[in-house]
Amino acid sequence: MKRSNEPIFWSLFGAGGVVVAFILPMLIFITGIAVPLGILPHEVMEFERIRDFADAWQGKLFIFAVISLTLWHSAHRIFLSLHDLGIHWGRGFFRWLCYGFAGFCTLLTVYLLMHI
Amino acid sequence: MTTRKPYIRSMQGWWLKNTFYKKYMIREATSIFAAIYALILLEGLMALASGAAAWNDWLVSMRSPVAVIFHLLALAAAIYHTITWFAVSPKVAPNIIIGKQKVPAVAITALQYAIAAILYLTLLWVALSI
Repeated sequence: MKRSNEPIFWSLFGAGGVVVAFILPMLIFITGIAVPLGILPHEVMEFERIRDFADAWQGKLFIFAVISLTLWHSAHRIFLSLHDLGIHWGRGFFRWLCYGFAGFCTLLTVYLLMHI
Repeated sequence: MTTRKPYIRSMQGWWLKNTFYKKYMIREATSIFAAIYALILLEGLMALASGAAAWNDWLVSMRSPVAVIFHLLALAAAIYHTITWFAVSPKVAPNIIIGKQKVPAVAITALQYAIAAILYLTLLWVALSI
């Protein structure tokens, strides 16, 4: 029997789900609401500060986990939702599109983090 | 040769039929908001790598009304995801046994909320420790 690759994608989905639950609510609030609306000081997201954060390995790990795992989580859910919406054609194509996109963004994130 | 045309029940809009299905579809849809948010962060990371001018342009784009409205919706979606995630994880995780008793699902869910609260406050504290 051919081995399924499902456990790999499910693990990434699960890890991403943890990131979305434990980090994203506060991160969305800080970056997307509080700082843009001036609830928190704009110094929070000043260039030098965020660059220094992304320069340290802890910062790189945080940024990588948030971007990459969130996208793997979403790619898995969106791919499986196609079935729920009654789209049954092009399963192989959509699998490649969803996971391929998450994979591409993961590589791009790694590349960018290595050049900061 | 005759071609049969059997009746196939339509599944169009099946999930609109009851609240449980609707909630399921809303939960799945939260992942779209999470994905767009991750892409906005990726765009920010690209700006960060290009330099201060690009980064400040990105910050300005984050202040646009469309961006703020999106982030409010994304926050609601993330909270919805969090509630469903914490509710489901005791069912997915293997049984945890302390002493001779199985740890009840409510305790696992409550523990996750406690950890989440600590992490949210830590994140806010890190953001504000300038």
